[in-house]
Order: sequence, then C-alpha cells, then structure tokens
Amino acid sequence: MKCKCPECDGEITIPKDAVEGEIVTCPDCGLEYELTFDKDGRCNLKTAEVVGEDWGE
Amino acid sequence: MGDATLRPLRLSVKTGESDRLSLPKKLSIIYDRTRWEEKALIKAARRKRVSTNLIDGKSICLSISGKYNSETYGDIILQRCISYFRGLHISAVLERKGLSVVNSFNTSLICGNKLFTSLALENAGVPTPKTYVAFTSEAALEALERIGYPAVVKPVVGSWGRLVSPVRDRATAEAILEHREQMNNALLQIHYIQEMVERPPRDIRTIVVGDEVAVSVYRSAPAGAWRTNVALGATTTPCPTSNQLEDIALRAAKAVGGGVLAVDAMESPNGPVVHEVNSTIEFRGASAATGVNIASKIIDYVIKTSKK
Repeated sequence: MKCKCPECDGEITIPKDAVEGEIVTCPDCGLEYELTFDKDGRCNLKTAEVVGEDWGE
Repeated sequence: MGDATLRPLRLSVKTGESDRLSLPKKLSIIYDRTRWEEKALIKAARRKRVSTNLIDGKSICLSISGKYNSETYGDIILQRCISYFRGLHISAVLERKGLSVVNSFNTSLICGNKLFTSLALENAGVPTPKTYVAFTSEAALEALERIGYPAVVKPVVGSWGRLVSPVRDRATAEAILEHREQMNNALLQIHYIQEMVERPPRDIRTIVVGDEVAVSVYRSAPAGAWRTNVALGATTTPCPTSNQLEDIALRAAKAVGGGVLAVDAMESPNGPVVHEVNSTIEFRGASAATGVNIASKIIDYVIKTSKK
C-alpha cells in the first residue's frame, strides 16, 4: 500500500504488517506521520507528535 | 459512557473460543505511539488467541461520571502510553471506574517519579543510592555538600536520561542549577540529587513480570558516554541473573506495587543498588539480546491478572 506525503507529495510505502498508530517516514522530505486506517481499510496520515518531556518508560 | 476510539485489529477470535481456552474475552491496549513493543505485544496476544483492541490514548475522551464496562474496554487494560502523564491520567479514570489496568495507577504514579520510587525502595529496604531532594538552588547546593562531589542531578519526572547530569564540582552545580531556574517548568525546580555510585560503565536492567524475573541484561554506555540509556545509544547484552540480583529486583518490583516492570541497578562495590524502576517498559533491546519472548510473558501475566 502507498500513501502520498501531505507535505511534499512524496510516495510513502506502508508495510504490509503496519498497525494503527505506527510511525512512517516520508523518504523524500523526512517528515514523520502516524498511520491510521479508516473503516474501509484505507490508510490516512496525520502528523506525528513530537517527543514530549514526559515521554519514556 | 466513555467514548474511546476502538479499532478492532485483525485479532478477534471466533465467539466462544476464548471461553473454551479460559482466556479473557477481550484485552485493550492503550497506546499513543505504536512502537516495536506494542507490535510485539499484539503479535503475542494474537498467537494466544486473545481478542485485542487498540485504543488511541490521544483520541480518548473520558467522563468522570460515566459508566465503563468490559464490553468497551475488555476484561483487562494494558497501559502502554509513551506519555507518562497521559497514561497516568487515563489509568486514574479507568481504574477508579472499576476496570483492571496493568500497570496499576499507583505503580505508574510511583515509577514515573524518581523521588517516589526512591522512597518506596528505601522503605522496603531495597539497596538504593543515597538521595536528597531540595526545592531551591541554595538548598540543592547544601544537599550536594552533604552528599559530596561527584554527584548526579536528575529531574524527578523524565526518561531516556534526559537532563540527567553528572556534577563534579560546585561550579558545575551552580551552572546547572542556574539553567534550571531559567526553565519555566515547576518540575525542574525539584532538585533530585543522588550520590555518584562507583560502577562499571554499564547498568543491569532486570525485567520483572509479576512475581518472576523474565530476563536481565547489561546496558553498556557507548564509548566516551556516561549514561546507560538505550535511547542514548547504550548496547544491550545478556546478563546472568544471580540469586542476589533476582531477590533485589523482585523486592524492588514489589516495593512499587508490582506489575510489569524494568528494574535498573548499578553494580556498586557492595552489590547491586537499584536507581530506577520503569513502568511502561521498553524491551526491544532485551528481547533481541537474549531471545526471550518478553511480550509473550507479559501477555501471559495480563491474562492471569484478568482472572483474579
């Protein structure tokens, strides 16, 4: 499956075993996106959160 | 009723199959970023034929007066938010509403705060570094004089080694404290000060799942570095779990309330001293280094917990 990068229109390949919430990176511009799927199984990309000061273990 | 976005994965089993196997009807994993660990947990649950829902903590919306039931949230919830405060507050609501969460709110609260963890360890007689807390720069300098240089200054909340600073003399301490004062962050005005333990350039991470040690690994700092966080480039290699280490790790885990935990210890000349217990554990490095299927052990524990 492939998605268009909303920022640069680059082509992002979605791995077959991709899971909701996984981060994908645009190979062209390097932006990170969080992967979501709609009810029809189509992938959507939303800009990933940046690392927060309370992130971790 | 709480409104959460529930997206059934490709994990559902035929009705009745989970009952036949005496497994919980449904497991919910609350996440905000799906990392290697979450994927491993999902895979382990699928292998065990546990019906699993992923709940995005970022889109969750919870009413404090709502009624929550296992139909929506499953029989057990695995809290996996990477954001400490987000996960903690979600767990607070769900647990208060009678749902079972792993790790518990209380365990997460203690482990997310280094001072609370130190207090729990000290209270339980678990070896832990000498630690002070101070709330102004002046008091922090006094604490450093008492503890002696070199020492370590850490934020009470934070992970991956962020802002953990070695302090070798008073001039460095004054500089670090001045920087912290300038940061508009109340938590950074709580100065958690610890003795610098004499140790090899590594620590030992012991993963405890319930009442058992799953595995121990060394985390070795990269060349020229001081901190042993994998997030900062530390390498992970297998470590034999001695009886002493096992005893200390299990007692440390119990001290913070138990659950699925990563107990980090340093090898001092007097034996292991525990400096941290982590609650939303990362175990990719430990799994790869040892071949132990930690995700599988976690799912087994969660299933067992849901039956209690």
